[in-house]
Amino acid sequence: MAIKKFAVAAYDDEDVLFPAVSKVRHSGYKLHDIYTPFPVHGLDVAMGLKETDLHIAGFIYGLCGTSTAVGFISWIYTIDWKINYGGKPHFSLPAWIPITFELTVLFAAVGMVLTFCYLNQIMPGVKKHVFHPRQSDDLFIITLELNDHVSESEAIAFLKSTGAKETSVQIAEDSWWYGRWDKAEPYEALNA
Amino acid sequence: MNDRFEIPARLRNTSLALIGVGVLTLLCGIAVLLNSHDDMDKTRFWAVLLHDSVFFTFITGVSIFVQAAVSLAQGAWLTAYRRVPEAIGANAWIFGSIAAIVTICIIFGFKVHGEHGEMVNSIYPWVTPGTDKVLLGKKPFLNPTMFICFTVATVVLWGFFGNKFRSYSIAQESAPKNDTKIYWKVFRLSGVFLIVYGLSQMSTIPWLWVMSVQAHWYSTLFSWYNFASAFVSGMSLIMLWVVYLKNQGNLLLVTKEHMHDLGKFMFAFSIFWTYLWFAQYMLIWYANIPDETIYFKLRQHGPYSVIFYANFIINFCMPILILMARPSKRNYFTVTFMAMVIIFGHWLDFFQMIMPGPLGEHWHINWYEIGTFMGFVGILIFTVSRTLSKSSLIQNNSILLKETAVHIA
Repeated sequence: MAIKKFAVAAYDDEDVLFPAVSKVRHSGYKLHDIYTPFPVHGLDVAMGLKETDLHIAGFIYGLCGTSTAVGFISWIYTIDWKINYGGKPHFSLPAWIPITFELTVLFAAVGMVLTFCYLNQIMPGVKKHVFHPRQSDDLFIITLELNDHVSESEAIAFLKSTGAKETSVQIAEDSWWYGRWDKAEPYEALNA
Repeated sequence: MNDRFEIPARLRNTSLALIGVGVLTLLCGIAVLLNSHDDMDKTRFWAVLLHDSVFFTFITGVSIFVQAAVSLAQGAWLTAYRRVPEAIGANAWIFGSIAAIVTICIIFGFKVHGEHGEMVNSIYPWVTPGTDKVLLGKKPFLNPTMFICFTVATVVLWGFFGNKFRSYSIAQESAPKNDTKIYWKVFRLSGVFLIVYGLSQMSTIPWLWVMSVQAHWYSTLFSWYNFASAFVSGMSLIMLWVVYLKNQGNLLLVTKEHMHDLGKFMFAFSIFWTYLWFAQYMLIWYANIPDETIYFKLRQHGPYSVIFYANFIINFCMPILILMARPSKRNYFTVTFMAMVIIFGHWLDFFQMIMPGPLGEHWHINWYEIGTFMGFVGILIFTVSRTLSKSSLIQNNSILLKETAVHIA
C-alpha cells in the first residue's frame, strides 16, 4: 500500500507491444504491470514473470482437506458416535474414501481460488487503480514505476519511442484497498 | 525434413537376445512344466503365456486408439512423434495373434483333473461347464464359438486399422503440398476404429480373455478397468520409445512440451485407473455379496495380498507423488523411470487379474514368468524398431506439422 508515480503507455497492436516489452526490460525502467483486454499468449514469458507457485499451495490445501476428512470422520465413527453399519468395522476406510476425495478437491479448489484472488488483488468490495479506461476494451497498457531519480519526460519520450499511441504520468495507489467505485479517492486529486 | 532411424547394433542385439531368452524359456517351459505330472505346472505354463500375450496385445493396441482419438479430436500434439504410436500400433496384430493362438490352445488343448477326477479346463472353466448352473447360464455368450469369433475379429481389425493408419500417414508424405484428402480419410477411419475399439478392448475382449478366467464372477466395469490399465502402460510405452529415439538424436521436432503432454497422460490415467480400481473394489466391499467378494478374498486376504498392495502402491502412490510436479514430467530421467515402473505395475495388475483363478495359491514370479516377459519385450523391441526404421520419423507434409512444432503443453 503505497502511493507512487507511474508512466503509462497505451498500445493498440500486439506486434508493437511485444518489442516494446522487450525494450522496457532492457532499458532498466521498472516495469510495474501490463494490462490487456484478453489473455495474450507468451506475454508472461516476455515480461519475465516466474512460474506461479499456486499449484504448491493447491497441493497443501488438498492435503489439509484429506486430513480434515479422514480425521473428522474417523473421530466420529470410532470415538464420538459409534454405529454399526451392516456389520462393517467402525474404522472402515473404503467407505470414507469418496468423502475424503471430495473434501480434498473442495479444499484445493476453494483454497486456490482465494489464493488466486489474493495474489491478483481481486475480491468483491476491493478497488484497484485503473490506469486507462480502455485497458479492458481494446488497448494494451504498459505501466512503469517512477521514482525521484527518474526523469518523467525521459520516461515518456522512451515510451513514445517504443510505439505508444498515448502516454501519461499518473500518481496512483499501487495495490488494492477497500473502497467504492462511485467515490473518488484522496490521491486522485493529485492527478488533476 | 529427413529424420531416419537406423537400428543401432546394440538395440538389435539386445532384442534378439531377449527373444532368445524367451524362446529358451518357452522350450524349458514345455520340457519342465507342460510335461510335468503336476496339474499346477501345466496350468502355470498356459496361464503365464496368456498373461503376457494379453498384456502386450492390450498395451500395443492402445497406440492405435491414441492415433484414432487424436485424429478425431484434430490434435496436433501427437504429430511430432506420431510415427512411434504408428509403429507400435502396426505391430499390435503380432501380439494379438500370439494371444489368439494361446487362448485357442487353452480352449481346445488344455485339461486337468478336477476335484472329482473329471477333466476340466482350470483356466477357462466355462469350456467344461459340466452341470454348473451358473456356467450353463452364461453359455450363450461364454462358448468357444463366440470366443473365437470375437478374438479373430479383434485381431484382424486391429491389424487392419493399425497398418492402415500407418500407410495413410506414409502416403501423406508423397501427397501434394497442403492436401487434406488423406487427413479427412484418416479422420473418418478414426471414428470407425473407435467403434471397433469400444466393442473390443472396452467391452468384449477383456470379458472373454481375462474376466472369464473366473467365470462365476463378473464386474460390469471390468473392461473399462482393463482399458485404463492398458492405456496408462501404453502411454508409458510410447514415452519410452520417444525418450529412446530422442537420445539417439532423432525426433527433431519433439521438445519438452511434447514430453510434458505424455507425462500428463501417464499421471492422469494412473489416477483414472485408481478411480476404476476403487469403484470396483468399494462396491463389492460395501455390498458384501459372497458371489462378488470371492474375487477380493483371494487377492486381498489370500495368497496374493503382497501383489494386491504392491499393485496399489506402484500404480497409484508412486505416480501421484512422483509425477505430480511439473518439473518431473519434463525430466527425461523421472519420466523414463516412471514409465518403466508403470509398465511393470500394470503387468503385475494383469498378473493378479489372471493368476488367482487358475493357480490359486500356487503362483510364482520365477524364471518362467520373467523369461516369458523378456521374450515378449524382445519381440516388441525387434518389431517396432524394424517398422520405425522403414520410414522417416517425422511425418513430412503433414498439415499439422507447424502446429506441432510450436506446441506448448
